[in-house]
Amino acid sequence: MLTVVRRLALAGLAVLVVATLPSRAQTPGRTVILSTTTSTQDAGLLDVLVPIFERRSGYTVKTISVGTGQALALAARGEADVTLAHAPALERKHVEDGKTRNRRLVMCNDFVIVGPEADPAGLKGEKSAVAALKRIAEKGARFVSRGDKSGTHTLELALWKQAGLTPAAPWYIESGQGMGATLGIADDRGAYTITDRATALAFARRVKLRAMVEGDKPLLNIYSVMEVNPANGPRVNAAGGKAFADFMLAPETQAVIRTFGVDKYGQALFVPIGGKTDEDVK
Amino acid sequence: MDVLVGGVVEALRLLVTGDAEVWAILRLSLLVSASGTAIALLLAIPAGAALALTRFRGRQLLVSLVNTGMGLPPVVVGLFVTILLWRSGPFGAWEILYTPAAIVIAQAVIAAPIVTGITLAAVQSVPSAFRLQLLGLGASRLQMTWMVLREARLPMLAAVMAGFGGVISEIGASMMVGGNIKGSTRTLTTAMVLETGKGNFDIAIALSILLLTLVFLVNWALTAVQQRG
Repeated sequence: MLTVVRRLALAGLAVLVVATLPSRAQTPGRTVILSTTTSTQDAGLLDVLVPIFERRSGYTVKTISVGTGQALALAARGEADVTLAHAPALERKHVEDGKTRNRRLVMCNDFVIVGPEADPAGLKGEKSAVAALKRIAEKGARFVSRGDKSGTHTLELALWKQAGLTPAAPWYIESGQGMGATLGIADDRGAYTITDRATALAFARRVKLRAMVEGDKPLLNIYSVMEVNPANGPRVNAAGGKAFADFMLAPETQAVIRTFGVDKYGQALFVPIGGKTDEDVK
Repeated sequence: MDVLVGGVVEALRLLVTGDAEVWAILRLSLLVSASGTAIALLLAIPAGAALALTRFRGRQLLVSLVNTGMGLPPVVVGLFVTILLWRSGPFGAWEILYTPAAIVIAQAVIAAPIVTGITLAAVQSVPSAFRLQLLGLGASRLQMTWMVLREARLPMLAAVMAGFGGVISEIGASMMVGGNIKGSTRTLTTAMVLETGKGNFDIAIALSILLLTLVFLVNWALTAVQQRG
């Protein structure tokens, strides 16, 4: 009988543990859900910025790191309060559709076309990203695409479109994974791919890929913050969303962004562009 | 190869130095998965016993469903639990998506069929003569069920191990309903995916060693209970 009592006590204890869990969740109006891209998370920038915001504002932030496509989709459903994304064309469409509002530029860096040392498509010295993709397609050199509707994937598709090409297997490989995993696959297959600068730096030690094309205008990688329209769904924390967006644009935050990554990579990963417009940075 | 060695060294370093963040992740994983398994046990043991000891129309179908559920992909559970817990979903008012409670719910759903299925098999493996004898000696149905469960306790503990092992190592549901939020819903497995994504393979390997150690220790304790009697 003793074992029965003990087991019941154990079960009761477990139930108690569970019962206490939800109460630890923050009170609704004080929680901000931020839907964002994986690159800001993988680079570690949000791990630095979010605690500062939480301390100053008293809000608790739930950072949901997904691809830009999904980040915007969550915002459109009212499942997030604020979005930090990097697909300007897609973002402007969301703003026009009334799903998000007050889109403001936060920071930028650039994308790089990387490839194997052997450089089968002969991209070294090429300045134009579009011309580089044309050359890859002509030679049928392997290219790994994210294929996940992320900001990087969106940019890549736009470049193919500009090149007037529809990439296809067998040389075109869709990884369906994050940037890090995609770099690993490209490295393994001796393929080209497009990556954001931050992830390229983070993986410089792991993969042998070299930068092939960089500095071209279309390779600019712009991050913007958008507030979610409260009409998208019930329980959108509009005030909290706005507070976070304002925080990203604040001078002190922009100063943190300016130096972020210098200690680890010897160079800053992002350039703050708060207050500028799409036209300014073009 | 040096990555593997680096991972083992990193694991030892994290354990020895008592890295606060790693300990918090370990504690959360253990707490969440233990709670999820506990809820599953409360629901699944009666369900498994009832399915084993009764005969009704459609029972075969139900048993097949439970057996299918034992292989329920966590990512499927994650998707449906997420949709149900969305602000716009039926349980949106609870506001528990992206909290540990949401992971507990998802993991309970994943573990329940596993525990039900093994309980069912365990109870059915008790000879029916034993049940008849108990009833013949004047036991009530409830007392009989209790005695049968006691008789089947060895395989039942296997059910606990399988349920717990299944949920603490799953990633799909934890990632979707928890959101891998630092200091709140980051579990061992979601942290592993994140660190791999960051290119920190040594930390990822360290975390997997911690996960395996944790699962081993829990199973060791349960096995000790099981083999003792």
